[in-house]
Amino acid sequence: MCIEAGYEAMSRALLEPGVVGACWVGSESAPYGAKPCAVIVGEALGVTPNVIAADVQFACKSGSEAMQAAIGFVGSRMVDAALAMGADAAQSRPGDALEVTAGCGAAAFVFADGERSVALVEGCASYVTDCSDFYRRQGARYPQHAGRFTGEPGYFAHIKGAVGRLLLDMGATPRDFSHVVFHQPLPRFVEAIAEELGFVRCQYEQGLIARRIGNCYAASSLLGLVAVLDVAQPGQKILLASYGSGAGSDAIAFSVTDRIVERQRIGLSLAWHLARRRVLKGYGQYARLSGKVMR
Amino acid sequence: MKDVFLVGVGQVPVREHWKLSLRELGARAAIAAMTDAGVDRVDAVVVGNMLGSRLGHQDNLGSVIADAAGLLPCEAWRVEAACASGGLAVRAAAMAISSGGHDTVMAVGLEKMTDAGSAEVTAALAAACDHEYEAAQGFTFPGIAGLVMRRYLHEVGCGPEAFAPFVLAAHEHGRRNTCALYRKGMTLAEWQESPKIASPLRLLDCAPVCDGAAAVILCSERVVRSSQKALRVAASTVACDTIDLASRKDLLTLGGAVDSATRAYRIAGVKSKQISLFEAHDAFSPLAVLSLEACGFARRGEGIRLGASGAIRRDGSIPLGTFGGLKARGHPVGASGTYQVVEAALQLRGEAGENQIVGAKYALTQSIGGYGATVVTHILEV
Amino acid sequence: MSSPAEVRRLSGYRLRLEGQQCSTCGEVQLPPRPLCRRCRSTTLEVRRFVPRGKVISFAEVSQAPSGFSGPYVIALVALEEGAIVGAQLSDVTVEEVEIGMPVEVTIRRLRQCSTEEAEGLVEYGAKFRLSSSSDGGART
Repeated sequence: MCIEAGYEAMSRALLEPGVVGACWVGSESAPYGAKPCAVIVGEALGVTPNVIAADVQFACKSGSEAMQAAIGFVGSRMVDAALAMGADAAQSRPGDALEVTAGCGAAAFVFADGERSVALVEGCASYVTDCSDFYRRQGARYPQHAGRFTGEPGYFAHIKGAVGRLLLDMGATPRDFSHVVFHQPLPRFVEAIAEELGFVRCQYEQGLIARRIGNCYAASSLLGLVAVLDVAQPGQKILLASYGSGAGSDAIAFSVTDRIVERQRIGLSLAWHLARRRVLKGYGQYARLSGKVMR
Repeated sequence: MKDVFLVGVGQVPVREHWKLSLRELGARAAIAAMTDAGVDRVDAVVVGNMLGSRLGHQDNLGSVIADAAGLLPCEAWRVEAACASGGLAVRAAAMAISSGGHDTVMAVGLEKMTDAGSAEVTAALAAACDHEYEAAQGFTFPGIAGLVMRRYLHEVGCGPEAFAPFVLAAHEHGRRNTCALYRKGMTLAEWQESPKIASPLRLLDCAPVCDGAAAVILCSERVVRSSQKALRVAASTVACDTIDLASRKDLLTLGGAVDSATRAYRIAGVKSKQISLFEAHDAFSPLAVLSLEACGFARRGEGIRLGASGAIRRDGSIPLGTFGGLKARGHPVGASGTYQVVEAALQLRGEAGENQIVGAKYALTQSIGGYGATVVTHILEV
Repeated sequence: MSSPAEVRRLSGYRLRLEGQQCSTCGEVQLPPRPLCRRCRSTTLEVRRFVPRGKVISFAEVSQAPSGFSGPYVIALVALEEGAIVGAQLSDVTVEEVEIGMPVEVTIRRLRQCSTEEAEGLVEYGAKFRLSSSSDGGART
């Protein structure tokens, strides 16, 4: 999935692979506990060997972590361009409530000099605490979660913390943003956090892809951002607020440039991908394909 | 180059030989051939085998079989060309004699497939394909045969039923062969009901997994005895093509079979219409059709008609698989090529019983390794 | 399955569909070889092939070999630039495939979930799926 998304991002960025100096993959379902899949993605995309590459993990905010790393490396001029990806095949115990919303996806972004960008990073803020709302031990097949504890003390508290801090630092209010994208375990979580923070439906609806695809964990808020970028207009501001269990939230603000219009025409939209869905023949096929039934 | 003569044949019935190991199978075939030839020693043994190393964990088969058959300290070694290993053993023996290196050489083809489970055997057989670019991508032997069959149907414009006559003829011919695995015949309905294992290829389009061993003894003119029923090996050729399908010039032409057969006809001084019977490598029904086309019995895309017309039956113009072929007699992969030569010899000697092709003069055998990567052709003459 | 060393050697072919172009006669070849098939030259440049083509033929493998779990579809694909490659098809059932169908590369796990997979190396490689441009999408 990362290779697929990365390939599209590179094509849209109109960048030669040699310019990329860093490749970060954020996931909580990476195939290896030791050995990064970032090198496999990097090889497939042709950016190796002179590249910084690693997997990052902070549960569902692994993807925005990858973005933060990319922003730091490009902003500090350590590299000219960086790839940041968030991807997951959402893990859930058979029969658990998480299975109902489990989704699967990947999103990739290329960060580079503002001169070539479709959106500029205006600010970032993070908010993290040791809060074990959901976790998986090394070697354990399935995650554990603490039911309703994942709500108010988890998701809501940390997103409020990060967004609150970012707005303060920027001297901004919710009304300044045309679009807001949240981490999306369930549509009603997004509706609730938006209301608490003072955002309205027309601001979050475009990025609320969970209605179609469920919870893609590290790719969740990132795919919402892709959905927004597919339609965003020059001059608009976008707020991204991820959430990762364990727990923490990254809030990143973007402002859209004129260059977005031509890039929207290149490549495939999220809507196009969603329209290509195939329906599985029931739970049995899902269990076999996801490895829950060992062959 | 010296003339080569075939003076002895031996075979073990093709079965699931739960009680016989690789060395026991080989020894029985070898001893039967030596008894038939009336000899108690040979200068060398060439063993043809594909899977002994991977499934039987046994290399150095020359030594193993020569010892088992009581022939040490003679020269003995193994040759391998996937499913053509048995035919290649005969070729190696012929080459040793025609070059003047030896006077009497035995070729033993043997295979033991039934010790391993189906998934393991399928994986082992896929070693006949290109490992890096085919087997590691999930290609299997039946998969390749299915892919070729589909292309044939597409280009020729017939349906899969057009291949059924080749399977039905093989099973009809196998009924009276006590050494054949399948001896009950087969109906069209049974063929139609068999499941598609590599769509459009059906299970009953494929030769079975089984165990067996066969042996032939070749010798130079100098040592042939009048008491032996000697036949002349009029030609013994090998030609190769790329191992991977993607690199072939034409998916529906077995280039190696064309080259090998063309040279064999030239060396033997015969044309395809003089051939009395053809023991072809019908591991899959499409391969039987492509073999007939490669050996000049039909043009490209027209071999399929030989099935419907009955030309391949015992009373037809080109009897095919007269003892059941790989399909019904069985395909213990590394042994099949030697069984083909044994059967051709029995025909030319007039010892084929109810399977006899009357007046047989020239017999053509062709053993194919991989999907045409290595092709061994022999022409025997009485 | 393939050893780590073998996977490393094959990574250009598997992840980037890299073959060769002969510096002497210009012939392209895939898979890569020690020498040019046409002129036998050993000066060969690495060449990445455009990952699009058409299905020449295909079959469904129902009896999977060890290390694989079926059923899956294998095919020969004629690439736009002339080489032919053997690979699995992805995101299709065998009933949906037709000879001549336009397809494009997608990098996937070569083998599906199996009990052997739990601790072994994950091998990725090129498979082919129905071309996105035939759906009306645009791909650069």
